Amino acid sequence: MARIDLHDEGAVVIIGSGAGGGTLAHELTRRGIPVVLLEAGKRQSTATFSQVPGEAFQQLTWLDTRTQSGSWGVARDFPGLPSWHCKTAGGTTVHWTASTPRLEPWELRAKSTYGHVPGTSLIDWPISYPELKNYYLLAERRLGVTRRNGVPGLPASNNFKVMYAGAKKLGYKRVHTGHMAINSRSRDGRGFCIQQGFCVQGCKMGAKWSTLYTEIPSAEATGKLDLRIECRAMRIEHGANGRVNAVVYRDSQGQEQRQKARLVCVAGNGIETPRLLLLSESAKFPQGLANSSDQVGRNYCHQIVGYVWGIFDQPVYSWRGATVAGVVEDEVFNDPKRGFVGGYRIELVALDLPTMPQVGLPYGWGRDFASIMEEYRNIAGLLINGEDMPRAENRITLNPEVKDAFGLPAANVHVDEHPNDQALRKHAQGQMSKMYAALGAKRIFPGPSLPATHNTCSARMSAEPRDGVTNGWGQTHDIPNLFISDGSMMSTPGSANPTLTIVALVLRQAEYISRQMAAGKI
Amino acid sequence: MDPLTTLHRREFLKTSTGLLTGLVAAGSSLALLAPGRAWAVDLTALSSAEAATLLVVARTIAPHDKLDDAAYALVIQAVDGDASKDDKTRQMIREGVASLGAGFPGSPESERVEALKKMEASGFFQSMRLKTLQVLYSNPIAYAYFGYEGEAFSKGGYLFRGFNDLRWLPEVPLADSGALPA
Repeated sequence: MARIDLHDEGAVVIIGSGAGGGTLAHELTRRGIPVVLLEAGKRQSTATFSQVPGEAFQQLTWLDTRTQSGSWGVARDFPGLPSWHCKTAGGTTVHWTASTPRLEPWELRAKSTYGHVPGTSLIDWPISYPELKNYYLLAERRLGVTRRNGVPGLPASNNFKVMYAGAKKLGYKRVHTGHMAINSRSRDGRGFCIQQGFCVQGCKMGAKWSTLYTEIPSAEATGKLDLRIECRAMRIEHGANGRVNAVVYRDSQGQEQRQKARLVCVAGNGIETPRLLLLSESAKFPQGLANSSDQVGRNYCHQIVGYVWGIFDQPVYSWRGATVAGVVEDEVFNDPKRGFVGGYRIELVALDLPTMPQVGLPYGWGRDFASIMEEYRNIAGLLINGEDMPRAENRITLNPEVKDAFGLPAANVHVDEHPNDQALRKHAQGQMSKMYAALGAKRIFPGPSLPATHNTCSARMSAEPRDGVTNGWGQTHDIPNLFISDGSMMSTPGSANPTLTIVALVLRQAEYISRQMAAGKI
Repeated sequence: MDPLTTLHRREFLKTSTGLLTGLVAAGSSLALLAPGRAWAVDLTALSSAEAATLLVVARTIAPHDKLDDAAYALVIQAVDGDASKDDKTRQMIREGVASLGAGFPGSPESERVEALKKMEASGFFQSMRLKTLQVLYSNPIAYAYFGYEGEAFSKGGYLFRGFNDLRWLPEVPLADSGALPA
């Protein structure tokens, strides 16, 4: 591993080591570009992942103080926890459930496809689908996505058998065990999935792709990576010329350090990325970095998620097996006749026993609640993953009243649901309920919207600088050597789980950065 | 595969706390709610009477009639631990218990539910509800009771231990799933 001097002005500094930052670090270092990778969390491994759900949550989750506001259910049901993402080396790829569908071509043309939807800030992506598809193909090979490139699908779990039978009763056609970044066979030096059901706690088999044990070690092997764990970026600095030139961070000892940089790439997930830009305000950029458009933090999307649980007469044992290895893709289309624009996936889901009452039924108590828990063996689960509408007022801001442990203003997450979001959720939960009703479930009930993991669009790509924060390469409109390298740069969320898209965008961005650096432009 | 992970009680006792050992070893659980026995030994912030009331609160929040008091006692132990670390918490718990009144533990469930509903928005109730949900379902007694088998890595996963043993619905065609890894 490289040791890059704090005063070295030649390195690229990447903030965050998840799907975006971890992959970008590998892509740049393998091209010979020195990278300092700042990671706020600790470095775990397949050996240290806790198998106690509560402990694993504490071990991996970003739990710094945050606040939230707005009408969304998360503010009511999960006060203090607007988002469930990670603070650990490998970022949220440690706890993700590895569902890796592609966006559809029309989803990249959201504004054109959906037309004028009042109360939204929809735009089209500044890049075309054929352009993105090339990188989807690369990303799918990189991640070993099942049911692509001849990689076999995962076998059907009990929970999926219920999903499949119900979906077929409704006439759904595109139902399978998912495009998953989980090894169905040993591959890439990693073992195959042994159906532990502990995807969210960190895969002790390493069968699930995570930058922690793929991209990061590969980057380290180049000798060009300086990974600094437990190092929290505090602000990005710039010179008189308006270009960024350093990142100030607190190291693992709490000491402030200042790393000079040729280029800075922010990949802190859709909440921390805009927060860091806002925290980096200066006399020259009083609204924060890359924010002349006032779009940093706005248009925050998180995708519509929500459970439907079905209780059956016979056992399901839903916790056995890869957590989200199942999907119905028949609702991924746009038809306003359904009462909303955009589409959704129906995905498989299960929760371990300790998590079920806290996340699956977070407001329950009393006889009715307990009667559901009594049926835990017989519960099958489904999850919506649908497109939500960007709104200018759904945004990440700095809360002047509340400080984090470093004395910096905490992020406030504000979400008012758009009527389209509510209509989509209602339709999805209706269809999911019908699937279970068709199988004779004795009780069907919806669960809440859970804390957001798919934090996107809060520093989005836009053709017009006034509509967003970056161009089609994730390069900020205002500052040519400042890049956004995570889901924050997505122009709209679509209905696909975002990680594959993030990886594809970053593979593409890495080519651009290395070309621009070689040409001396950045 | 056996639907229940059978947990041998004696095995559990070896790995559990003194409090639980006391409760379970002495036999009937309700009798042990009497002040001055197991509770008195292990409580640090709360009185035995307060703990006994809180146990009934936890049972009203999550009423699993056949689930051993020992599981609920873990909730109370956690509440006691929180109360011992923080005076404000202790005060909140004490006031909450006091407001329920001495008759609460012995009153019928419908009356207990009514009493708790009236204080549903209070910090006391919310913290008791959260603590009950966090602790009650996260221990070996609960795992055995609800049939949850927990972590599987140490046993080779569920791949050959029932992840696909459901037989009351048709099998999924291989084209839509995949063969087991060889």
